[in-house]
Amino acid sequence: MYRYDQYDQAMVDARVEEFRDQTRRRLEGRLTEDQFKPLRLMNGLYLQLHAYMLRVAIPYGTLDSRQMHMLADIADKYDRGYGHFTTRQNIQYNWIKLEDAGDILADLASVEMHAIQTSGNCIRNISSDHFAGAAADEVVDPRPYAELLRQWSSFHPEFSYLPRKFKIAVIASDTDRAAMRLHDIGIQIVRNEADELGAAFYVGGGMGRTPMIAPCINAFVPLDRMVTYAEAALRVYNRHGRRDNKYKARIKILVHELGAEEYTRQVEEEFAHLLGQGVEPPFAELERIRGYFEDPLFEDGLSAELDRSDPDFALWVDRNTIAHKAPGYVSAVISLKPVGGIPGDATAEQMHLMADLARDYSFDELRVMHTQNIVLPHVRKADLHALWTALEAAGLGSPNLDTIEDIIACPGLDYCSLANARSIPVAQKISERFAANGKTEALGQLKLKISGCINACGHHHAGHIGILGVDKKGVENYQLLLGGSEAEDVSLAKITGPGFDEAGIVDAVETAADVYLRERQDGERFLDTYRRIGMTPFKEALYG
Amino acid sequence: MRLLTGNDLRTGAVTWWTGNDWSLHVEDAVDVTGTEDEIARREEAARRVNAPYAIDASLHQGRPRPSHIKDRVRALGPTVRPDLTLKPADPDIGSWVI
Amino acid sequence: MADFVSDTDTLIRFRDDEQVDDAAVTVDSFLDQQDASAVRVEPGDDARALIPHLGRLSLVEVNFPAFGDGRGYSSARILREAGYEGELRAVGDVLVDQVAYMRRCGFDAFEPDAALDEGDLETALNRWPEVYQPAADARQPIWAKRHEGVRHA
Repeated sequence: MYRYDQYDQAMVDARVEEFRDQTRRRLEGRLTEDQFKPLRLMNGLYLQLHAYMLRVAIPYGTLDSRQMHMLADIADKYDRGYGHFTTRQNIQYNWIKLEDAGDILADLASVEMHAIQTSGNCIRNISSDHFAGAAADEVVDPRPYAELLRQWSSFHPEFSYLPRKFKIAVIASDTDRAAMRLHDIGIQIVRNEADELGAAFYVGGGMGRTPMIAPCINAFVPLDRMVTYAEAALRVYNRHGRRDNKYKARIKILVHELGAEEYTRQVEEEFAHLLGQGVEPPFAELERIRGYFEDPLFEDGLSAELDRSDPDFALWVDRNTIAHKAPGYVSAVISLKPVGGIPGDATAEQMHLMADLARDYSFDELRVMHTQNIVLPHVRKADLHALWTALEAAGLGSPNLDTIEDIIACPGLDYCSLANARSIPVAQKISERFAANGKTEALGQLKLKISGCINACGHHHAGHIGILGVDKKGVENYQLLLGGSEAEDVSLAKITGPGFDEAGIVDAVETAADVYLRERQDGERFLDTYRRIGMTPFKEALYG
Repeated sequence: MRLLTGNDLRTGAVTWWTGNDWSLHVEDAVDVTGTEDEIARREEAARRVNAPYAIDASLHQGRPRPSHIKDRVRALGPTVRPDLTLKPADPDIGSWVI
Repeated sequence: MADFVSDTDTLIRFRDDEQVDDAAVTVDSFLDQQDASAVRVEPGDDARALIPHLGRLSLVEVNFPAFGDGRGYSSARILREAGYEGELRAVGDVLVDQVAYMRRCGFDAFEPDAALDEGDLETALNRWPEVYQPAADARQPIWAKRHEGVRHA
């Protein structure tokens, strides 16, 4: 994985000092809250419902055991012994003191980590495929391109006061595991007919109150022009994105209002101009970064055999391990979704354990998934039983990847000052319901996503089943949505009808699941059945 | 009644105006109807509170209880982690919030 | 005279040439006449409209009515990329924590609504030991230092 050189380290260290200085001026009253707010947000520090919250960047979701241990130490030393992994592959802490923030950033910098641009109207942490470098279906490892863009976007002098936040995802396979087309810019690294690598740019996707699927604006940008193209896309947005209404300020609204064709024309014009401005790093820089993402030394001749005599272990292997490009290896998913638990939360002890297991069984590497789970990307099949045994003992062995129990949920009204309703209790009750009724296994892949407000941090638009919490005259109310997908078959979910109370939404999810079990044909997932039969049978069952 | 609330600038903790100081406990809060803007301005300028604002509340068993669920969650702590709330040992606190 | 002083007592310049005191006119007004040498660019103005006339400009003020409106950063870069070498002055709600990036975008004068603390300004301008991107200033990006001697595409 990538390692800082003296330049990267100097930049992160300078940022720590900058934020210490800004915090000091705030505490001395020399900065007002209005002036300080964008500065602290660009260092990931929010003022949330109960306290300050710090969001730490995990670039493209990749970290090593040393870094995971540090995340655990921060949870213990500065927070309340736990952290929350987010839908953009980051981690956030809920109980941070402003006066500690500088020390936390310094601790992070000591392990090549930071909270730079994890909030604010700037280019956010760049996300990627959590199976990058391991997946059998990738064209190349997408992370070097994400790293190149990370450096370009860090402390960008022109794009730090954008109309609104800006999220970029980079993938390199036709299977989309990063919700690429629901980002402000989604990049897919592709190979053309001449066997050259290039970047397909999708611009103007997003969730939030106006969900949009990003159109492709350029199917092949040569790799030695990718940064310049991104710069052009951002400049058009910075100049022309709406600033009169924060709810219309994302780039998706600009692309929608101009039309993809006109937006593209403007980007191409800016791109042609910027090609003469020396924006692009030399190809040698991309090569340098690629060098950090070489495959680990996979062993040859490993057995693909597995002792499946323990049925609990066999179920976990079937559910939570993914085919790997190297024979004898798999990627193993550590579920942070125990039945009745808080999706994405991990205690400091669990983080320490995951770090140790990564060191022992996965070439010292971990990944954070946008579905709020953790991946050990390179595990020998021969080590799986020992790994599973250790995970089980720590409450991390839930065999539920991509099932109805593997719920994405935003922090909701329990933690978030923007939320209108609680998300976590709904997730807890649904996972308990399906664990009790035994339908989880029969339902197969069913992606359920819950947001506690219209901002859609819980990706409800992209759920096979989505739930949106709203405030109905001071009472929590939940709308049900069906038919969304964040994957390569991307689609936006539709609302079924009137909302439900908390008990009602759990029943409604089971009702929708039962319609699928009744109507499905061979091999269909919930989403496939919904797409075939449409909304009507579900509505009849829910409201009939 | 109206309560004045904000966060402690240094720690971020949720605080409530008691008439002469800030408390972590909403039951210490006093009615500020008509004076909320003036107190908020003065206290924020002195950096004894960050981002203060007033909310609606009513008396519940003689103690102030915020009218909106968001303010009650904010006053207590996350409902999904009773151990981290201000009243970890109170079995009835759930019904106070919801 | 008092008015004049209060207009300019927050002005900070990073230029050696004579200060330009011509009144800046709006972009529309500038384009309508032949003799104005100073213009004020508002966030919604198209800085590229000035490009045919850079030769007669000696002062461009870029107004920041609110510090969060970042359009002026692009306006500055566009003018520098087009070869403008005259004074480029950021005016309005300009905060000390923004001047380092503004310098990188090509601003060489600042006239903030509220005076900047000299010590804070000094600290801010010396904050970044390196930069990741080439911009309107002369600083070498980190990638150029890493690949000294490698010809850039």
